[in-house]
Amino acid sequence: MALMDKHALIERNATLLLVGSFLVVTVGGIVEIAPLFYLENTIEKVEGMRPYSPLELAGRNIYIREGCYLCHSQMIRPFRDEVERYGHYSLAAESMYDHPFQWGSKRTGPDLARVGDRYSNEWHVQHLSDPRSVVPESIMPRYAFLKDVPLSPKGFSTQLVANVDVGVPYTKEMIDNAEADLVAQANPNADTSALAKRYPKAKVGDFDGNPQQVTEMDALVAYLQMLGTLVDFSTYDEAAGYR
Amino acid sequence: METYTAMRHFADSWGLLGMTVFFIGVVLFTLRPGSKQHADAAARIPFEDDKP
Amino acid sequence: MRYGTEIAWMTLATFLALLGAGFAADAPFRAHMWVLFAVLAIGTIVLLRNVSFEPEQPVDQSAYMDGPIRYGAIATVFWAVVGLLVGVVIALQLAFPDLNLEPWFNFGRMRPLHTSAVIFAFGGNALIATSFYVVQRTCRARLFGGNLAWYVFWGYQLFIVMAATGYLLGITQSREYAEPEWYIDLFLTVVWVAYLAVFLGTILKRKEPHIYVANWFYLSFIVTIAMLHVVNNLAVPTSFVGSKSYSLFSGVQDALTQWWYGHNAVGFFLTAGFLGMMYYFIPKQVNRPVYSYRLSIIHFWSLIFMYIWAGPHHLHYTALPDWAQTLGMVFSIMLWMPSWGGMINGLMTLSGAWDKLRTDPIVRMMVTAVAFYGMATFEGPMMSIKAVNSLSHYTDWTIGHVHSGALGWNGLISFGAVYFMVPRLWNRERLYSVRMVNWHFWLATLGIVIYAASMWVSGIMQGLMWREYDEQGFLVYSFAESVAAMHPYYVMRALGGALYLSGVVIMAWNILMTIRGYQREEVPTTGTTPALQPAE
Repeated sequence: MALMDKHALIERNATLLLVGSFLVVTVGGIVEIAPLFYLENTIEKVEGMRPYSPLELAGRNIYIREGCYLCHSQMIRPFRDEVERYGHYSLAAESMYDHPFQWGSKRTGPDLARVGDRYSNEWHVQHLSDPRSVVPESIMPRYAFLKDVPLSPKGFSTQLVANVDVGVPYTKEMIDNAEADLVAQANPNADTSALAKRYPKAKVGDFDGNPQQVTEMDALVAYLQMLGTLVDFSTYDEAAGYR
Repeated sequence: METYTAMRHFADSWGLLGMTVFFIGVVLFTLRPGSKQHADAAARIPFEDDKP
Repeated sequence: MRYGTEIAWMTLATFLALLGAGFAADAPFRAHMWVLFAVLAIGTIVLLRNVSFEPEQPVDQSAYMDGPIRYGAIATVFWAVVGLLVGVVIALQLAFPDLNLEPWFNFGRMRPLHTSAVIFAFGGNALIATSFYVVQRTCRARLFGGNLAWYVFWGYQLFIVMAATGYLLGITQSREYAEPEWYIDLFLTVVWVAYLAVFLGTILKRKEPHIYVANWFYLSFIVTIAMLHVVNNLAVPTSFVGSKSYSLFSGVQDALTQWWYGHNAVGFFLTAGFLGMMYYFIPKQVNRPVYSYRLSIIHFWSLIFMYIWAGPHHLHYTALPDWAQTLGMVFSIMLWMPSWGGMINGLMTLSGAWDKLRTDPIVRMMVTAVAFYGMATFEGPMMSIKAVNSLSHYTDWTIGHVHSGALGWNGLISFGAVYFMVPRLWNRERLYSVRMVNWHFWLATLGIVIYAASMWVSGIMQGLMWREYDEQGFLVYSFAESVAAMHPYYVMRALGGALYLSGVVIMAWNILMTIRGYQREEVPTTGTTPALQPAE
């Protein structure tokens, strides 16, 4: 029978085998990934999400560079113990401006999705410089060098421009002021009313305790201190957000 | 929510049935009696590799 | 003139690297371009020293092209030692955190170095070398494309070196198992297309009418990895002379894209490709055709169809919509069947030759590999069940699972293939020492068992500690207490890894001596018939 020879055809025709296996492996991805981009309920409606301020974004880039995501998740699951330990379970909306996402896959250390506002700036600096001086059981590496690396604001607006290209709604005003905002957020004496308008809830302060210069430590602590603090859960509709 | 529900219903019914039938068809086709000799010959390919 | 064009291209590339270093937008990119410049300059000098103006020797087109495979076999062994050594180091860093040397040798930068070195450097070289070996011998045709195969080999090594040095400099996309930044990704894409051209071209010019099943697995591995690599690495760089990029997708979409890639790096790089090895080298080593060729056809199509769907099981109970999680779980559980179909096919190839398990340590290694494949592909579907995953996720159980697959399945089957190929590639009568293979086998097996057992026990302990409540309804343990409880298991795990590494070092010596043409004088392992004892 002619039909019965069809698989023999695939077995003997490399191009058919190539095209056939390629089609077979595309199905799963299309069915699973594509709908996430157009089903409106994939990302919940929340109030409070905004793009990262320049200093926070710089800190986030350091978080990525040092591979923090390899030991710390940023995704609280809806279980009693996790919610008690870390706070409200994470929403998809909370990482909508994360290029790339930082949910992580391993908890060698604790979850950081809502670490913001939990500890003081001084605690973070001490902990990052010498983790075992504040948590004796810790096995985290030391990141004391961050205090000594100055963070140059020069050309930082290109980082915001690239984010705009991938869909983050930075305005022209935000891009034009990126370098000034980056410096101002790390200076408690600066006039930050415009910054606060552009980035509501942004924390201002001399994060690393060294007023002489803006360092990578300033940026990383600023990022950690904002994690999980943006969404206003008093206005969040739990039932509507369920998928 | 329309698309989601419609696709969900299709996946649970005809989609599932279609894939099951297709899979059973593939298995039966592969294991059809006529293919044995052909498959045995193919399985011996690695033992004929002395020279190109 | 030999190497004329190559030298011209290399000089151009070296100059471009210099320009990159000069105009770099950020310090890590500048350092990375200096590394590239140094590597390319050394390569150019080596080529220049080997220039010859003799008329070119015609290449014997009727023989197999084994040069890149010989280099590939050596590279496989070399990167195995490097990748496993880094693995032992980071295992020790988790047990003894003072071993972290900031900033370059902190765990966060070393861990991608370990995963990339074992998966892509060791595993990738094993796949490229064996696929070139298998495709020629099952198609009875010389590799397609002339020196293109050499380009694939050296291009891939350059990719490894650039990726590895980049991690230590802090250049990473933070996409697990796809950490290299945009410019390295682009380069790898070119190398990979060349690899596909060599492999597919060889199949197209084959003399054997039928395409042997091992080649299907290799082909689907190459094509699928190309698709995954391109989609997962879509990103916008901040500067064309800078090391930083932002991924095209964000949040939940990005998470699923990444794990669609991540899980299928396992499914196609570490499974389909290595199944290609299984379907050639096990029949060859036991000298019997595969148990059921027709089962292998079903195995192939159902495996590649189902694997792609399994990614969402890495995101159970996260902010990924429930329907996607459930779909991922269902396909992961169904995946158990084709996986075990393949395992049975591999194991049963030995039917009628089971005695070789006792006499031939290479067969024992390959069969143990398939057994570990079976165990890992049972454990995987089990861990993808949401109820199990709620305990296992985020713990070291996952690490134990990965290593029983990676050390047991990928490692042992690759070692078996290397032991098979090396004497044939260098025309040696036999390996330097078969007894050393035996030592390697037992060190590796013992290492895996210690590694996996300590991670299983500690992972479950960790998960239980996090969710334990007392009678008053308070959490019993702080997170720090769960970290402290891991210490003895982290030490044990490092020991298991060290045993596995020591087996590979023995292999490296054995392979080196085989290539140099020595044969160790030893009692054959084929076993002597025990002398009969008189009955008393």
